[in-house]
Amino acid sequence: MGGGVRGDLKAVNRVVIQGLEARELECFRGETLLFQQLSFTVRSGEVVQIEGGNGCGKTTLLRILGGLGVADEGQVLWDGVPMPRSRPELYSQLAWVGHRDGIKDELTAIENLQAAQAMSEHAKDVDFSLVLESLGLVDRDTIPCRSLSAGQRRRVALARLAVTDAKIWILDEPLTALDVAGREQLQRMMVEHAQMGGMVIYTTHQHLPLAGCDCKSVVLG
Amino acid sequence: MQDTTTSAVHVSLGQAFWQLLRRDLLLTLRRGNEWINPLVFFVIVVSLFPLGIGPGAKTLQLIGPGVVWVSALLATLLALDGLFRSDYQDGALELILLSPHPLSVLVLAKVLAHWLITGLPLVLLSPLLGVLLHQDSSVMWVLMATLALGTATLSLIGSIGAALTVGVRRGGVLLSLLVLPLYVPVLIFGSNAVASAGMGLAVKGQLSLLGGMLFLALALAPVATAASLRVSVE
Repeated sequence: MGGGVRGDLKAVNRVVIQGLEARELECFRGETLLFQQLSFTVRSGEVVQIEGGNGCGKTTLLRILGGLGVADEGQVLWDGVPMPRSRPELYSQLAWVGHRDGIKDELTAIENLQAAQAMSEHAKDVDFSLVLESLGLVDRDTIPCRSLSAGQRRRVALARLAVTDAKIWILDEPLTALDVAGREQLQRMMVEHAQMGGMVIYTTHQHLPLAGCDCKSVVLG
Repeated sequence: MQDTTTSAVHVSLGQAFWQLLRRDLLLTLRRGNEWINPLVFFVIVVSLFPLGIGPGAKTLQLIGPGVVWVSALLATLLALDGLFRSDYQDGALELILLSPHPLSVLVLAKVLAHWLITGLPLVLLSPLLGVLLHQDSSVMWVLMATLALGTATLSLIGSIGAALTVGVRRGGVLLSLLVLPLYVPVLIFGSNAVASAGMGLAVKGQLSLLGGMLFLALALAPVATAASLRVSVE
């Protein structure tokens, strides 16, 4: 009983946000202030674009959100629990496509997907070649990724989003090296993911119209 | 209609461990002859001693255990730098760090793969080099046993250093400075066991100690390596 009352009081004091919350983040690079008092939330069904020019800390912010970096002030919360305490819960729901694509040159696209899927907790029971085909990579299951073009490698990295059942996607410049068809496919994937109740946080310098989902933007600098 | 949406399958820790181990072994296989370099280094260094000191059976017999052990230690160190480096450079390390599976277990998979590629061949090749250094045939199994226990320990301890220096551009020298002092106990008991066996003394004590060190490293090193990796990518 007593514990329940205390729990209720806590809930009144601070509403627990289901999803990702950045609370009063502050970050320096050397002596330069990248951002301060940065607070925002990402809830189910929302797509958040991090905007800002080159070198204003977009990647740094994404790394902080993903727990790969540490903010100088403030905290990141997942379902109301601050990182790094919520690390296992966040990571079981996270799909990450970073600045460096994480693709092994020596492995084929399918082997790369296999390896990435094994690192997740909830794998989607899908046919890898169908996923790659939907991203325009046909007959790429025998060729090592070394011989793929930059755009094709990016597509393999994005295919990782389709093989795990992650709720939150963090994408750092996903449009880099993608052609028009690739961009449209990614657009479709993002909208579909948001409509299914997923969350997306991404950065880009290009125009990416996302019709039919709840879009927000966070401006840095 | 909803049937087209695919169901999620739980990935167990065992599967993650096995897939990562398999991935690392596959990568080594595809990279061609790179894995053979530490092994060649080991053979060349050991075979330099008879050339430098002279082929006298007595001297070689005396210094043999130490020579094989020091060479194996340096060969392990040589291979250590690559443990996390390529994953760090292409971003695959981030995917491992962002996995919900315990990082220390994933690290263990990587270290095991590393030992299978670099440590195990050293163990298998050591009797041949023992013959080169006029070691008694009865000593060979002690040499192999100590190297098997020892190189596994060295790989585990070394993984901490490799994790700490993965973000450093030319971390090789720093890695040696960090790791070599920690290698000393393993070297002492390893070479001492082989030397004792050569003199017909009991080696059970040294082997037990080496086994103890292996289990201690097995318990502690992956946790330390996991923490070091998180610090290194920040």
